[in-house]
Amino acid sequence: MGETLLEIGNLHVEFKVYEGRLRVLNGVNLSVQVGERVGLVGEAGCGKTTTMKCVLKILPSPPGKITEGKILLHDKDVLTMGSQEMQRVRGHGISMIFQDPTAALNPVFTVGDQLMSVIKYGSKGSLSKKEIKKRAIGTLREVQLPDPERIFTNYPVQLSGGMRQRVCIAMALSTEPELLLADEPTTSLDVTIQDQVLRLLNELVERHGTSVIFITHSLGVVREMADRVYVMYAGNIIEGARKEELFANPLHPYTLGLMNALPKLTGGGIAEGIPGRIPEYLDPPSGCRFHPRCPRAMQQCSQSIPPVVYAADDHDVACFLYRGETDE
Amino acid sequence: MNNKILEVEKLRKFFTTSRGTVRAVDEVSFSVEEGETLGLVGESGSGKSTVAYTVVGLHSPTSGQIRFKGEDISRPVSKRPKALKQSIQIVFQDPGTSLNSRRTIQQILELPLKVHHLGNSRDRKERVGELLERVELPPDYMYKSPHSLGGGERQMVAIARALATNPKLVILDEPTSALDVSIQAKIINMLLRFQEEMKLSYLFITHDLSLMRNVSTRVAIMYLGKIYEVAPTMKFFSNPLHPYTKMLLSSIPVVLPEEEAVKPAKITSEGEIPSPVNVPPGCGFHTRCSEVNGICSQKIPEMMEVEPGHFVWCHLFPVVTNPTNSEKGVSV
Repeated sequence: MGETLLEIGNLHVEFKVYEGRLRVLNGVNLSVQVGERVGLVGEAGCGKTTTMKCVLKILPSPPGKITEGKILLHDKDVLTMGSQEMQRVRGHGISMIFQDPTAALNPVFTVGDQLMSVIKYGSKGSLSKKEIKKRAIGTLREVQLPDPERIFTNYPVQLSGGMRQRVCIAMALSTEPELLLADEPTTSLDVTIQDQVLRLLNELVERHGTSVIFITHSLGVVREMADRVYVMYAGNIIEGARKEELFANPLHPYTLGLMNALPKLTGGGIAEGIPGRIPEYLDPPSGCRFHPRCPRAMQQCSQSIPPVVYAADDHDVACFLYRGETDE
Repeated sequence: MNNKILEVEKLRKFFTTSRGTVRAVDEVSFSVEEGETLGLVGESGSGKSTVAYTVVGLHSPTSGQIRFKGEDISRPVSKRPKALKQSIQIVFQDPGTSLNSRRTIQQILELPLKVHHLGNSRDRKERVGELLERVELPPDYMYKSPHSLGGGERQMVAIARALATNPKLVILDEPTSALDVSIQAKIINMLLRFQEEMKLSYLFITHDLSLMRNVSTRVAIMYLGKIYEVAPTMKFFSNPLHPYTKMLLSSIPVVLPEEEAVKPAKITSEGEIPSPVNVPPGCGFHTRCSEVNGICSQKIPEMMEVEPGHFVWCHLFPVVTNPTNSEKGVSV
């Protein structure tokens, strides 16, 4: 499949705090092909957002520190880029949509001001003020906001949550990025509004041929948004597969546990869930970080980190249960 | 049918603001039967939490009546007798703010016991240990403070606090929507177990229909301060009638093909919920409805019992004027 746009390899991130070192990312591997929609699923605190912040190099440092790993954008390591080059990446290469559109927008500037500054920054002075405004209103129209001329002059507080998220999408796409990082963009929205925003995102991404990393805690949402899905737990990618494959044939005990814990529209009660909670990063479990909660843990699980094995057609899993099958 | 623990009749709660009157709850009627779970489902701004707060007594109703075991309790909590407050408890959405971070878990769980004069100090401590055991937390948690607990554990403490006074009716206001699914599963199962053991009745407020499919006995859908459809859970999901219900159900992201199959035909979601200050005339949903016609913007639809126990408020289901339906005895 096509050309690789982004490749994250063996990414380790630590946070220095008073009590010691929080070892959050523990060797994250992830890749995105050109034009692909990748879903990254995991529960709160598993390191999804931290991974994305590393890609944009906006991880607050200190306390955060990338101790190991590489992030290749078109075979060029983002981590070794200078600040000027990085600005270019943020201006044209990668944009991000955040979870809470209210916090992402500045309350004291109008929607138009904020959108224009993004376009102005991305265009590097090649556009006149009039052209910038025209393009800003154009992007507002593209995200299907009613009456874009009026919304251009509105402040964020005058808009509803769904409309604010549309403004954020307009901003993220106004620079025509190659890769869009969408960090739980619909989590704070109602289900009918979520439906609208997901549809809009899918439409726009398809029209512009943008690659996407879609972060969410909801398996249902990822099923609607992604071609390929990675499941993350406590700083590791534990399973990755094409969407159809993953939902038809989940392998990792954690993925299975998540699927079972979800209330289904077909009824049948709710499974017991996964015992325990996500580990402390100050002193994470040895070996596989899921082993203290895993119903099928074996002795070796606490001793060494399970390697990623190729379990089926384009389906990778990091679990000792699947070692024997197709070890490559 | 006379074992209704809670009856709400034509409840109205309006708030006066500088921009006009917010019609948060407008003529809502429903009841909760003993031992059942009524799921009250709606999007943000639909008024479902206002209903919950009014039932508990945090708001006093603008008009209408709330009856608990037949007794009129339509007044704020300060004017309710203590025994009544003991019987109706609430669990809030966010355990991070509903527990006092300057108190220990023991102090938090003891407070309702002190207020209701349940036991002396030794009994109380014993009871706190018992409550912690019930929600499957280790006994030494009583010396901890809420901020050292995880989100799921905090919610379990909040549930233990609600159960401390042996209530009859518990209002659950989105108790798991701030939590991860693996923890949600644990808490929901625990709540179901308590319901059976303690013969509790639940008014379960949520926006999650998939959860309601698995938890509730009946489901009521609220939109813009009004109820639009009420039905026993099975009927609600197998035969949804109101266009809004269908839109909601078809918008839910699901994970299994079998779930996809039970969703109604896709109704593309349009528009947003209007402001409760400026409620549209007629049926409140007509601005987003896919099957809107002339009458919808003029007349508020009346309640129609389409099949036994399945009520809908929609002009697509006009009330047939025959004596059995127009009789006053029919209630939700």
